[in-house]
Amino acid sequence: MLFPMIVLGMMARAQVTIKGVIKDNKSKPVAGVSISIKDSYDGGTSDSSGKYSFKTTEKGEQLLVISSIGYKPVEQKIKLEGGVLTIDATLKEEISELTAVVLSAGTFEASDRKRASAVLDPIDIVTTASANGDITGALKTLPGAQQVGESEGLYVRGGTAAETKTFIDGTLVNNFFYSSVPNIAQFGRFSPFIFKGTVFSTGGYSALYGQALSSALILESIDLPEQSSANIGITVLSGSAGLQQLAKNKKSSWGFSYGYTDLSLAFAIIKQKQDFSKVPTYHNLDANFRIKTSKTGILKYYGYFSSNKLAFTTNSIDSLGYLDKFAIGNKNFYHNLAWKENLGKRWKLNTGISFSNNKDDISSNMQNQNKQDVVLGNLEFKKFHIDTKGNYFNAKMVLEKKLKGLSALRFGTEYNSSNDKLLYTAFDDQQYPDTLKGHMNAVFAEADVYATNALAIKGGLRFENSSLLDRTNIAPRFSVAYKLGKGSQASVAYGIFYQDPERRYLPSPNGLTFMKATHYIVQYQKVANQQSFRAEVFYKKYDNLVKTGTVNFREAAISNQGFGDAKGIEFFWRDKKTIKNLDYWISYSYLDTKRDFLNFPFSIRPNFAAKHTSSLVVKKFVQKIKTNINFAYNYASGRPYYNIGFDGNAYKFNDRGTIPDYHNVSFSLNYLPSIGKKDAKSFAVYVFQVSNIFNIRQTYGYNYSYNGFRKEAIVPTSRMFVFIGAFISFGIDRSDEVINNGL
Amino acid sequence: MKKGIFVVMASLLMTSSFAQSEKYLKAMEALVPSVDTTRSMEGLTDLANSFERIANAEKTQWLPYYYAALCNINMANSYFLLQQPEKIDPLMDKAEPMMNKAEELEKNNAEIMCLKKMFNSGKMMADPMNRFMIFGQAASEALETAKSLNPENPRVYLLEGQDKYYTPEQWGGSKTEGKKLFEEAIKKFGTFKPASSIHPSWGLGMAKYFLTLE
Repeated sequence: MLFPMIVLGMMARAQVTIKGVIKDNKSKPVAGVSISIKDSYDGGTSDSSGKYSFKTTEKGEQLLVISSIGYKPVEQKIKLEGGVLTIDATLKEEISELTAVVLSAGTFEASDRKRASAVLDPIDIVTTASANGDITGALKTLPGAQQVGESEGLYVRGGTAAETKTFIDGTLVNNFFYSSVPNIAQFGRFSPFIFKGTVFSTGGYSALYGQALSSALILESIDLPEQSSANIGITVLSGSAGLQQLAKNKKSSWGFSYGYTDLSLAFAIIKQKQDFSKVPTYHNLDANFRIKTSKTGILKYYGYFSSNKLAFTTNSIDSLGYLDKFAIGNKNFYHNLAWKENLGKRWKLNTGISFSNNKDDISSNMQNQNKQDVVLGNLEFKKFHIDTKGNYFNAKMVLEKKLKGLSALRFGTEYNSSNDKLLYTAFDDQQYPDTLKGHMNAVFAEADVYATNALAIKGGLRFENSSLLDRTNIAPRFSVAYKLGKGSQASVAYGIFYQDPERRYLPSPNGLTFMKATHYIVQYQKVANQQSFRAEVFYKKYDNLVKTGTVNFREAAISNQGFGDAKGIEFFWRDKKTIKNLDYWISYSYLDTKRDFLNFPFSIRPNFAAKHTSSLVVKKFVQKIKTNINFAYNYASGRPYYNIGFDGNAYKFNDRGTIPDYHNVSFSLNYLPSIGKKDAKSFAVYVFQVSNIFNIRQTYGYNYSYNGFRKEAIVPTSRMFVFIGAFISFGIDRSDEVINNGL
Repeated sequence: MKKGIFVVMASLLMTSSFAQSEKYLKAMEALVPSVDTTRSMEGLTDLANSFERIANAEKTQWLPYYYAALCNINMANSYFLLQQPEKIDPLMDKAEPMMNKAEELEKNNAEIMCLKKMFNSGKMMADPMNRFMIFGQAASEALETAKSLNPENPRVYLLEGQDKYYTPEQWGGSKTEGKKLFEEAIKKFGTFKPASSIHPSWGLGMAKYFLTLE
């Protein structure tokens, strides 16, 4: 019985030496590779020349496992019969998010996802000095976006603000900004702190999104909070309080907040150009709940209600000694319910619905010096009242199947419905009601194919049907990214984008079709060691833009004979390395664009397009004084301005010219006294912020009197603005979240 | 006779399993002391690979998983000091499943909690601005748990000392308080008895080294 055991024991002591060289598929040696015999202690590690060698006492048929971080493991059957065994191996790179190329043409992404070449972080959105705590304010420091100050929105690469659409958790957001006020740009409604991811596409975006000729702003809301907390904020403009409650099992949370903004104090100190008879006040209420539906699934609700009012008078340009009065009241409800879930077998579901309701109550009047309403002859049209009510419903569903590596297939459907009611009351109490209902159905599919870490291809198709136009479109999208070297990559993107004509120019007496834009983008990017560089060249062709004419005394769309193009080059450089604890970025955009649309007499550079736009953003944290110092400089070369009039026959220029260059220097300090204190029960952030610190005169364009004889510069409501605030939260350290929670 | 064979078989099995554990002990004893002395990337890679082989062969022992994860985390921390933070995540991705396996096999262990602290601190350092909220908190929670599980563990004080030492004063750090904690750690090293020759015992040299710093 014992005899065979002894023999076995003796055999076990016979050693085999295994050696070899490990290389990658470019025949370069790979160091640090683990070579092991499966389920045995025996093995070795390759050296810097890729060589390894080890001895083993194992016998017979075994499995040799060769593995290293960043490579696909290789298994090889071996037979151990004594002596020396030479096993060389070639390792293939593993395709992973950390090393793979990114389809980045036309896209700036700031999210918590692991990415090889991210150039922005989520916190950048809130720590940019010129942003004033507004999402789009931060995006305006990136290449591609214009510095338009007289109206809200993102003007991207020669496109209008209406050509940029915003999506929260996949679904379209209507009325992303507060309702327009003449010559005063409005802020976005939503706090940047409810989002964890921001994707700003300046062109060539995915087939999952549509109805935007120029740009898509894709926002992803936060998941469960880390901890329960309560917070209050007091500023020169506003007061707010909120609560976030995380369930004990950390599987669900709920919260709400209320904020009241009143600009009386600020306007009392900082003289405004307008004379406010009703200083702007805002009541904002929001509520949320988030429920984990499984280990990977989450259901999120975000609800928002806002009510705001303002009224002001300015000296009338049409009749000296009289005043123009404008008043607006706005109520807005927004609800978003989104659900994402892993369905197993590498299937994933992303679905959501949103519903919003918007009411505007706008009135325009002329007043005499005693602030009494008057109606002047030939200027009767300046007295009117507009009531609008809009109901919007959006739904989207995307199914994703993960394929090998990072490759994936996505498809789904989107539905948007809008119901806009408008009641126009003229000076003589004559009423003109109008209703416009529209539905948009879309189906889309796209595939991401990662052939290797160095090559990624995305192809997609989108079909849309618009009930408003009674037409269907097919939009292809395509992009490729190729890794050139360590940290550097080139990418290209192409796509066709369609959009319904803007509702404000509808209904039209004639049948219309989709407006169309075709994008071509080439990008080079290098990201290495806390430094990023990006250069992008683009060409965008516009077809079927809407031309307008005067129909029943209002500007209405009459045809799709408009056209245009935009081309340019953009640079972005970010450096966190050269100067210790200093982070800065520089962006520059050159834009050459012309278009013939709306009432333009012929193809011209539009008034919202500057040739040269540039920004410098600097951020520094000074530990000694626990203060975050942020600085931003925005520049835009002079934009053209036009006064276009109808001479009874055709539109023509009554006046044209170029506004002066735009300069804005902003500065902000965030003092965080409790940062780093481990046992602190509360965390406070004090914010001090100055925009246009050098009091530079900024001109956005010109207003013309009705008869065209007088013109007046459109300027900001005040040159310089100062903001001071304190934000205190109890519970979790939310210092980051409240930095720059201005305005 | 049948019974006899069974007894022989059983005793053979026992000897072989005993031999197995002796082999395990010998292999581990050869490697464990190096954990405290290996600093080079090549050395740490080799050590991590060796522990990983033992872990994968044994599957039921938490220590080789613990050491394999520790070596990868130590490498990640070295890359941070070499100012190559982009190399941290891949190593942490390698360490994480092994750390979790160690915890599955050995619950409520102060050593594994210390490892979790090191893991989370390292993850945070790859991108402190954005990760402070999640990983910073997880790190301090893990260290608190370690302390409550075993207040006599010297590595708890060593890690706490490093936190204090490297955190700027304005953020609540202090070099002198850090040094007090290193002294405390050295005191605990004096009385700390590892459960066996292959249980964690590393760190004394590091604590002493910190005391020599200005």
